[in-house]
Amino acid sequence: MKSTDYKIKSENVDVYYGDKKALTDINLNIRPNTVTALIGPSGCGKSTFLRVLNRMNDYIDSFSMTGKISIDGEDIYQSNMRVEDLRTNVGMVFQKPNPFPKSIFENVAYGLKIQGIKDKEFIKQRVESALKQAALWAEVKDDLKTPALSLSGGQQQRLCIARALAVNPKVLLMDEPTSALDPISTSKIEDLIFNLKEKYTIVIVTHNMQQASRISDYTAFFYMGKLIEFDKTAEIFTHPREEKTQNYITGRFG
Amino acid sequence: MNRRYINRIKDKAFGFVGLIATLFGLLILTFLIGQVFYEGFHRIDLDFLKSLPSRKPEKAGIYTALAGTVWILFLTTIFSLPLGISTGIYLEEYTKKNRLTDLLEINVSNLAGVPSIIYGLLGLEVFGRMLNLGNSLLAGALTLSLLVLPIIIVTTREAIRAVPNSLRMASYGLGASKWQTIWEQILPASMGGILTGVILAISRAVGETAPLLVVGALAYVPFAPSSPLDEFTVLPIQIFNWISRPQHGFSVNAAAAILLLLTITFIMNGVAVYLRNRWQKKHNW
Amino acid sequence: MLKFSGAITVLTTFGIIWVLFSESFSFFKEVSIVEFLTDNQWTPLFANKRFGIMPLISGTLLTTAIALSVALPLGLSIAIYLSEYAPKRLRLIVKPLLEMLASIPTVVYGFFALMIVTPFLKTILPNISGFNALSAGIVMGIMIIPFISSMSEDALRSVPKSIREASYGIGATRLQTAFRVMVPAASSGIIVSVILAFSRAIGETMIVAIAAGQQPRLTLNPLVPIETITAYIVQVSLGDVPHGSLEYKTIFAAGMTLFVFTFILNNIAFWVRKKFREEYE
Repeated sequence: MKSTDYKIKSENVDVYYGDKKALTDINLNIRPNTVTALIGPSGCGKSTFLRVLNRMNDYIDSFSMTGKISIDGEDIYQSNMRVEDLRTNVGMVFQKPNPFPKSIFENVAYGLKIQGIKDKEFIKQRVESALKQAALWAEVKDDLKTPALSLSGGQQQRLCIARALAVNPKVLLMDEPTSALDPISTSKIEDLIFNLKEKYTIVIVTHNMQQASRISDYTAFFYMGKLIEFDKTAEIFTHPREEKTQNYITGRFG
Repeated sequence: MNRRYINRIKDKAFGFVGLIATLFGLLILTFLIGQVFYEGFHRIDLDFLKSLPSRKPEKAGIYTALAGTVWILFLTTIFSLPLGISTGIYLEEYTKKNRLTDLLEINVSNLAGVPSIIYGLLGLEVFGRMLNLGNSLLAGALTLSLLVLPIIIVTTREAIRAVPNSLRMASYGLGASKWQTIWEQILPASMGGILTGVILAISRAVGETAPLLVVGALAYVPFAPSSPLDEFTVLPIQIFNWISRPQHGFSVNAAAAILLLLTITFIMNGVAVYLRNRWQKKHNW
Repeated sequence: MLKFSGAITVLTTFGIIWVLFSESFSFFKEVSIVEFLTDNQWTPLFANKRFGIMPLISGTLLTTAIALSVALPLGLSIAIYLSEYAPKRLRLIVKPLLEMLASIPTVVYGFFALMIVTPFLKTILPNISGFNALSAGIVMGIMIIPFISSMSEDALRSVPKSIREASYGIGATRLQTAFRVMVPAASSGIIVSVILAFSRAIGETMIVAIAAGQQPRLTLNPLVPIETITAYIVQVSLGDVPHGSLEYKTIFAAGMTLFVFTFILNNIAFWVRKKFREEYE
């Protein structure tokens, strides 16, 4: 595959929090319309890497980075990059569901509203389409004015997914999206992710290896800030090349 | 065996003492308000509300003082509300944590502890003399605005701080700018707390006497102010003035005026508490 | 616009310091600072002018001491009772009522002191004068109770529950737990509340202006009229003292004295509170 065919390209990326080095020389290429799982023990840097992709680390004072991250061939850390535009292109779903204290409709429409979109019909259609993609429409379509906080945990997380999808991103970043949810909600969302990859490129951080092997096409194993191995998921879980990968997968540490 | 028994008695005894202490304050409150009520309630009638001050207690009324209080209330709110809230937002959202912002925080905390009469001295020189506003409503309102500004700033900051960071991150993650996040998410979520603080601050301003006395609000003002540059008096000053007069009729007037002032104060505080409760229920983070 | 609002608080502080200092500076050109601090009479408005601030300071401290001796035991007892003994429903009723106590305008408290407390005290202490420090001090104490009780209660409640449970687990009573474990653990917060209450009392104006008198007097006798720094400033403001005169400048010298006191106290409280927060975070 030509390098311009990659959706996300990470080249020689080092990340520092003050003096502490959090990521070392990460080189990773993510193909479009795939689900890539980032796995590894706690503190290995997988969440840090995820947040580098939509510049959410910018809010941490001590954060600094060297190397290059390109999305669709464009360096996202270049000085004339508008961070707000980047984020409508690269959406994020967080570990703990964080709906706004507003109605379901207002939550999903928020991303459009801040772009200045005023066409009410357009917004309504987008909201409906996003909620359908997030497999939540059937459950809430009767009253979109219900407060988002009155939904169950699993529903709230699907709402957050819908909210991210409403602005039509190309990439969806998910940071342990099911770790705070019950098994039924978790499996609903896993089904969801499987369907979403038709339209989106998904990068998901998970500490649940079974989840990674269930839903992802590619898997990247991080350990102590380094990328140890990156390959098709099937390969990683059946024939890992590195010993550390093998140890992690078989549960020798974690 | 014996010691345990003694301990238990002491324990129960303190429970009793504590209960008395707690009820004591409230009992005093009830008693004192009751006394004021008994002395002054009958004096309140339409004449009392509509009359101007007079040398004869039976003829004196609080019209000018009430007008002055209303003026002061509005002017102080106009000056202190936008300034206080925007300072609170600025300090909480737009500054990083460093030595400079620590100093700013100490500064605001110091200002909150400065006795109100010192604000009066400040107002006398800066607003009264230097800006040549004399003893007008404007000078008084500006002085009181400075007085309550730290209160509004601190409560605004605390209300904003109570909004969980995850909400900010969700908003930024969708591509919102800093200002959009503040305006669309953070302010609405913290508005209840902010309003509570503002109402309490203004209620405090309405009850202040000393700073206005120093700025030069008069005790005997036989007309209601018609512009911010007029001389004025307010309810607490009128009360002070009447208390200082020897005739018994004036202390009856004072009691009546106190009832009105307390009513205003309690209503404002009641609204603030109600708002706070509703806001806390809605945002059960 | 937002940046300007950040500056306003700094401007206010500078304003206060500048006003007080410049007028005081001008005052001290005519009156020696030694006389100001050591003379034992304050008579700037009389023919024989003496400018010793001690009587005003003693008046201020006397009323404050009385106020604290009322507010401290009561406030602390209330705080301990509410946080260690009281059932939740009682707390929910009492707290807003205490807040109401704190919101009463001080001129109203002044009325209480002069019209109700002083006549009452006259029945038990017949030689008490119409204006005196005791009345004003007691009422000031009542006004301050919510300060001490609510801040101390917050301090007690922020002590980790595990410490309280450990004490009960050994078989201690509520009283023992409260005084031997909780209060020491919350001591910085309680100390902060006392310092701030002290600062509040020193700066109080209306209660003392109405009930304590206008006779500056270097004394510890609570039954006679005295004058506080704040009441003096009010007295001059109500009179016909011409702008720029020496008498006019005395209110700034007095004000500066007051400001220095409260500034020091507030800063001590701030640092204690900051240290306290660090211990539990």
